[in-house]
Amino acid sequence: MTENIYQPMMMRIAEARDEAPEVRTLRLEFADPADRARFFEKYRVGMFGLYGVPGAGESTFCVASPPTRREYIECTFRRTGRVTAALADREVGQPVTFRGPYGNSFPVDEWRGKNVLFVAGGIALPPIRSVIWNVLDRRDEFGEVTILYGARTVADLVYKEELADWAARGDVKLVTTVDPGGETADWKGKIGFVPTVLEQAAPSSARAVALVCGPPIMIKFSLPVLVKLGFAPPDVYTTLENRMKCGLGHCGRCNVGSLFVCRDGPVFTLRQLQGMLTADL
Amino acid sequence: MMKVIDANKLSDLAAALAAKGYRVVAPVRDADAVRLKEWRPGQAIDTSAISINSAKEFFFPRTETIGRYALEGSEFKPEEVEPQAPRTVLLGVRPCDAAGLAVLDALFNWEYKDAFYNARRAATTVVALVCRTADEQCFCTSVGGAPDSVLGADAVLRSADGGARFILEPLSDKGKSLAADAGAALAEGKAAADPPAEVPVRFDSKAVTAWCGENFESPLWREVSLACLGCGACTHACITCHCFDIQDEGTRREAVRLRNWDTCGLALFTLHSAGHNPRPDQAARWRQRVMHKFRYFVERFGRLACTGCGRCGRLCPAALALSDVCREIEDASKAAAKK
Repeated sequence: MTENIYQPMMMRIAEARDEAPEVRTLRLEFADPADRARFFEKYRVGMFGLYGVPGAGESTFCVASPPTRREYIECTFRRTGRVTAALADREVGQPVTFRGPYGNSFPVDEWRGKNVLFVAGGIALPPIRSVIWNVLDRRDEFGEVTILYGARTVADLVYKEELADWAARGDVKLVTTVDPGGETADWKGKIGFVPTVLEQAAPSSARAVALVCGPPIMIKFSLPVLVKLGFAPPDVYTTLENRMKCGLGHCGRCNVGSLFVCRDGPVFTLRQLQGMLTADL
Repeated sequence: MMKVIDANKLSDLAAALAAKGYRVVAPVRDADAVRLKEWRPGQAIDTSAISINSAKEFFFPRTETIGRYALEGSEFKPEEVEPQAPRTVLLGVRPCDAAGLAVLDALFNWEYKDAFYNARRAATTVVALVCRTADEQCFCTSVGGAPDSVLGADAVLRSADGGARFILEPLSDKGKSLAADAGAALAEGKAAADPPAEVPVRFDSKAVTAWCGENFESPLWREVSLACLGCGACTHACITCHCFDIQDEGTRREAVRLRNWDTCGLALFTLHSAGHNPRPDQAARWRQRVMHKFRYFVERFGRLACTGCGRCGRLCPAALALSDVCREIEDASKAAAKK
């Protein structure tokens, strides 16, 4: 018999932490070193995987850690259903399953020497956090790095410790914002929706690429702002999500027109999006 | 000389093949319908009508175990899962079913090779039965097929001598070994093949493919889908519909990961956990079904994902037929060309 493409790898939870209400990060180590080698041979930032608990099922999330950290992978997810609850309830030391990495990736190598702008909202920071880490781990290769991150409330901001680290490093321009009403008394960041704050921050589009990831409504209103700021559609990237079951292009539900998010994506440029059947998103 | 068999002796052929170790799947009378089922000794094979179910389930079952785990507390151990792939003959499936296997072959080997599907495909010999009659739902000739197409078949049965006999014509190595395994159930003889059914062309599939490329937002999708109940019978009956779900089931001691048929006709198919649904209504789901078959699959694989078997129309409780919708699309494209 040929290989069962649905046979997952065994992982162990090395660390677990709560990022925000109902949002949890798991750091997973490969039980089998051969799996780890196979994974990192293929893995590039932007790819995703299916994380599972036998008896509960599998769920799709991006890999939130970069290939420059080769001992483990991380995922960050919101507890919403049976599978994410089972994953969130697992404790350090316990096993979970993983299939992947699947999908395409961000062409980070093509950005050498360029300025990189990250725009993210809410639980959508994790999919581009792997890129941020990757860029920061190779900091000398890139120009200015700007991160604009917003959430509904201060409590909903994920990776709070990393946000503090990024703010303190000196070689990253970090702008954080919360939706009006989501601020606390001691909130030092901006107050406003991501597209508005983006327009006010007006990062330069000269020799720059932009990555946008967030809820559909945030993406919808941020893309025109980037275009207005002078970003060319081929230089604007986003990562799409759709419900998926196989991750391999077979199960037939994540397509947008004839493109499958799982194999033609999840990373798409704004130029590609403009040619896609976005009504199917 | 050719291999021939009397028309009323097909069950003898089935018995001979069963004796050689084949699992025989054939159209048999089941309540008030003809259904493709595992043949049992003594059962008559009924070639009078197209089966209500497609041959899909014998390659891609409606539910199948793709993972198994022994559980102990929070620990689990994966167990090997082997495909269930007994040597099988599909005896007397229609050419539209045999042709549909090309679609499934392409999909289940798209970059990743599906061991479960491929094991059954390799273990199965397909004997197609040339259609002598067609009903008002048949439309193979509109999608590049024919009532006497041999695409996907390892052997073909042709009605001969006015229905008194069948000619069995082996086409592939599997077909030849099946003919050899049939032994005395097939006689050497001569017979004159009967003409196949006449299936009128109901629409121009190239016009449908072209129109679909330009009309994602057409009001036609809403109009054609208004009567749709969203039951999914059309896709389950379809030989080429291949979309599936993966679900786990378990006890405290064991968990299985199952692959089940799914359908783009259901709202849950694309519902995000955050509540957003990219296909929020039945119009969007109907559009996906037609687009997938007539546009997206063509773009990705260079062939239509429809072989015109007509089961979707026969089974639809709201009497919605894909061929009627394609006809409407062709009319719309002609009307647009005139403007």
